[in-house]
Amino acid sequence: MLRIEGLSKTYRTGDRALTDVSFEVPAGQVLGLIGPSGAGKSTLIRCINRLVEPTAGKIWLGDLEITGFSRRELRRVRRRIGMIFQEYALVERLTVMENVLSGRLGYVPFWRSFTRRFPEADVAKAFRLLERVGLTDQADKRADALSGGQRQRVGIARALEQDPELLLVDEPTASLDPKTSRQIMRLIVEIGDERSLPVIINIHDVVLAQTFTRRIIGLREGRVVFDGPPEALDETVLTRIYGEEDWTSIRRRARQESEEDQREREERLAGLA
Amino acid sequence: MAQAHTAEAAFPRRWKRPPILIRDRRWRIGIYLGAVVYLVLAISSVQVNWMRVYEGLERGWRFIQGFLSPDFTTRWSDISEGLIESLTMTVTSTVLGVILSVPVGIGAARNLAPPAIYLVCRAVIAVSRALQEVIVAIFLVAMFGFGPFAGFLTLSFATIGFLAKLLAEDIEDIDEAQAEAIRATGASWMQLINYAIQPQVMPRLIGLSLYRLDINFRESSVIGIVGAGGIGATLNTAIDRYEYDSAGAILLIIIVIVMLAEYSSSHVRKWVQ
Repeated sequence: MLRIEGLSKTYRTGDRALTDVSFEVPAGQVLGLIGPSGAGKSTLIRCINRLVEPTAGKIWLGDLEITGFSRRELRRVRRRIGMIFQEYALVERLTVMENVLSGRLGYVPFWRSFTRRFPEADVAKAFRLLERVGLTDQADKRADALSGGQRQRVGIARALEQDPELLLVDEPTASLDPKTSRQIMRLIVEIGDERSLPVIINIHDVVLAQTFTRRIIGLREGRVVFDGPPEALDETVLTRIYGEEDWTSIRRRARQESEEDQREREERLAGLA
Repeated sequence: MAQAHTAEAAFPRRWKRPPILIRDRRWRIGIYLGAVVYLVLAISSVQVNWMRVYEGLERGWRFIQGFLSPDFTTRWSDISEGLIESLTMTVTSTVLGVILSVPVGIGAARNLAPPAIYLVCRAVIAVSRALQEVIVAIFLVAMFGFGPFAGFLTLSFATIGFLAKLLAEDIEDIDEAQAEAIRATGASWMQLINYAIQPQVMPRLIGLSLYRLDINFRESSVIGIVGAGGIGATLNTAIDRYEYDSAGAILLIIIVIVMLAEYSSSHVRKWVQ
């Protein structure tokens, strides 16, 4: 479980990115974080694994106070939090396997990672994860030889290789086509369910957020302006988050897509049975 | 149609690119005029002794004749000795220089090093680049005596300035997203260098090292003239003795080796990409 209390971030330039943000994410919940560009979504999830240092407030992961760790001990915090990035952020010139194994960097000593001699359990886990995301035979390819969707799958495998207790996902579909976007979102949600992880997905696409998440938080100018189920996201709420705009078409599309998704899921289940 | 015409007539029909560097017209004309006047005065102040030029033509011609009928045999033992010395000096100094410039380069990259280390490494680079090879060679020859050891030290020192600077710039230009992703796994600083930085800069580091190898060979012939051993010393002796045919042979050898190095290094660079 993740708990955030009174989180604020002011950048050295004086920009207030976050103001007094508080919420809880129980294990197994997939939370969609929406809001206009510059609302502080990206800062918020980076404060959680302290890629960005919060100015004030406290963050707990289980009974571990993340904000209480010194900079030197950060390694112990970060390795428990998996992160999936916009544009994948794989190390392009390393192989797929090295990218997945880099999820163990927080656990192994330097010489092991330098010589690529990871413990056997880590290697076995990496192969299992590659199978889980459907990339078994790509292990020895260089990351830049893969397509966008495949790269994001490697990114997911890397995050899971950490055995995370929390998954942070930053715009996972920003550079993917609509179909691949849905597949990736579905994969992330499934994995959150399988491992009953709290998952925070920072996402631009309101429709995707509504289709795949069970709870939505809307940020505007660094403040939480909405926190509730996706069904509660009506015109007034969207206007509160994004400002004045005609929202009828986006809401219609959301309805259609979630019906479509429901049908797809039923078909797949029928196929399995 | 007629309406479109009238609408267009309302817009200006002429457009000039605004001046980029100097806005003020008077300043612009003044500076350009000043530059031209200075150039004319400077050129007219160069004194040319036409008699001396005439004499020099004759010497130059003898030099070219020697060059056209190179004599490899008479001084072959001197030449081969100088050549081996130069090649040894080149390879050893490049290897040592590369080994030393990697830590200096990492230290001089603003995105990796703390400010204090950054300043020290930048200072090392600045000193190395400010002192021309010939000046360093003169100093080191005075310290360690004539011969290739002084040359080896000179070239190693010069390599640091060249390579560390370019490496540092390359590190500052890396894709930060890849580094952030590795940092987020809980990687230590050394692991970050090994997994996120090294794969991104390695091809260029190899390319630059090979490039420096042929620069060092060329420089070894120049610093030989001030006593730092190698083929340069042999060349200097030949010219002092007015043996232009031997000097021609030496120059030809240098040119061939540089061209070979150039050709092969460009191949290797393509291969490592």
